[in-house]
Amino acid sequence: MTTVTEAPPLAPTPVEEPRRPRRRGRLVPYWLLLPGILWLLVFFALPMVYQASTSVQTGSLEEGYKVTWHFATYWDALSEYWPQFLRSVLYAGVATVLCLLLGYPLAYLIAFRAGRWRNVILVLVIAPFFTSFLIRTLAWKTILADGGPVVGALSSLHVLDVTSWLGITAGERVLATPLAVVCGLTYNFLPFMILPLYTSLERIDGRLHEAAGDLYAKPFTTFRKVTFPLSMPGVVSGTLLTFIPASGDYVNADLLGSTDTRMVGNVIQTQFLRILDYPTAAALSFILMAAILVMVTLYIRKSGTEDLV
Amino acid sequence: MSLGSFGRSIRRNLVVIAGLLTLAYLLLPNIVVTVFSFNDPKGRFNYEWQKFSTDAWTDPCGVADLCGSLALSLQIAAWATLGATVLGTMIAFALVRYRFRARGAVNSLIFMPMAMPEVVMAASLLTLFLNMGTPLGFWTILIAHIMFCLSFVVTAVKARVMSMDPRLEQAAQDLYAGPFQTFIRVTLPIAAPGIAAGALLAFALSFDDFIITNFNAGSTVTFPMFVWGSAQRGTPVQINVIGTAMFLVAVLCVLAGMMVGRRSRQKA
Repeated sequence: MTTVTEAPPLAPTPVEEPRRPRRRGRLVPYWLLLPGILWLLVFFALPMVYQASTSVQTGSLEEGYKVTWHFATYWDALSEYWPQFLRSVLYAGVATVLCLLLGYPLAYLIAFRAGRWRNVILVLVIAPFFTSFLIRTLAWKTILADGGPVVGALSSLHVLDVTSWLGITAGERVLATPLAVVCGLTYNFLPFMILPLYTSLERIDGRLHEAAGDLYAKPFTTFRKVTFPLSMPGVVSGTLLTFIPASGDYVNADLLGSTDTRMVGNVIQTQFLRILDYPTAAALSFILMAAILVMVTLYIRKSGTEDLV
Repeated sequence: MSLGSFGRSIRRNLVVIAGLLTLAYLLLPNIVVTVFSFNDPKGRFNYEWQKFSTDAWTDPCGVADLCGSLALSLQIAAWATLGATVLGTMIAFALVRYRFRARGAVNSLIFMPMAMPEVVMAASLLTLFLNMGTPLGFWTILIAHIMFCLSFVVTAVKARVMSMDPRLEQAAQDLYAGPFQTFIRVTLPIAAPGIAAGALLAFALSFDDFIITNFNAGSTVTFPMFVWGSAQRGTPVQINVIGTAMFLVAVLCVLAGMMVGRRSRQKA
């Protein structure tokens, strides 16, 4: 330390040296930000403006579209497609709750009980990502196939009678029903729940559990009063990371569902890419975006963790 | 062992049992994909087990356009990773190291793409390209991938740079290293794990992206687009071969990385 601070050549020129870098230094952050931020402005923010403008245009594909401030498109889109909107929120909500219920034990296991198997299990949670998620979703077609072992077992346990009565399966079929779609959504977004949960559980000081035990808390009381509240940041970001992509998904509903399980994503996709009714598609997409933003903001406010970013 | 103590040990390990069941649920599709890569299906679709065969493994490119789409996906993922990593690392350094105006706006602009359903970003980007008359294809896919990977890289690199000790750079400058030298010899090596994590994430996200590509690809076919199309036309066994191979490569890479990490830690 001393030799460094006593270094002589720095002393004689203290006036000239610092000034130049400082003036240049003031602009450095802007130069660093410029390309990336410009990219996001042009290819993320600007498209939102174009989408908003497209949603109030009228015209046809042949004659071209013009902005006519035709807000009725929003009303028409909502009144025609509200079942799909409702279904999206419902399916994504159920899938999120299921992800939390299924993911929490596994995250807990990795954080506290896995010992030297911890890294192995973590790899097993992440590795499926590298098999394209479309291929893995198609695998559910095999797993839930009509007359397959899973459907057979559920049928002989009379589970399918109950689910059919509830209207989430149809007779002896699981494929092409809401149950299959929710099962696929839950499966696809489960890692997005497990990883944030694990991160927040892993940070918990193990001595807090001992302290709770010393104070005569039963294991479940320790979980309810210590572990779960401390894992709240993970719960909040995990539910967001599951709900947001699930609500806009159309792959599961398309591959595992039927025309009765179409979600809003499916409608946007068909309107945009097959029917080419751009104003309706843009209006639907805009409504979805606004709904998500409102829900997310309210949720973050309510759960009191605003330092997610 | 009495019934009571058996019940107690079950209850004590309930969370372990539940966790392992979830793990099984997560891995089941991968097991199915692997098993069915050895199938010899009767019709066009590979959903029902017929008989064992290694035909697909010995001829993974035997289906028209499959390997071309795979090569295209790898190429796009490589370029998107490069672009997103460079731009994202620059933003991360600016956010952690400098004070500047409009910091809040920059932070929300970076957070927004991660809090937006993919289909919304996909649809709005397509309206931009349609309005501009941009021909859809390789370049529009690449632009879109860099856009949505960028935020994830920023988050990964930011976490690493924030935990960095700024005194190390001061020490380097005290030892007469210029700003450029300090950056290359001190800052970059320390930030490297964060940058690598961000790049890996970007690669995985870009390679596996379907929704944004579906909207902005035009008639260009990436590997996920090929799989999507085959779900309508007929699924060749080769898809399962490639899915299984990707899974194995990923696991082997991680295991190798863990071994190298353990060895270098033992040395230190």
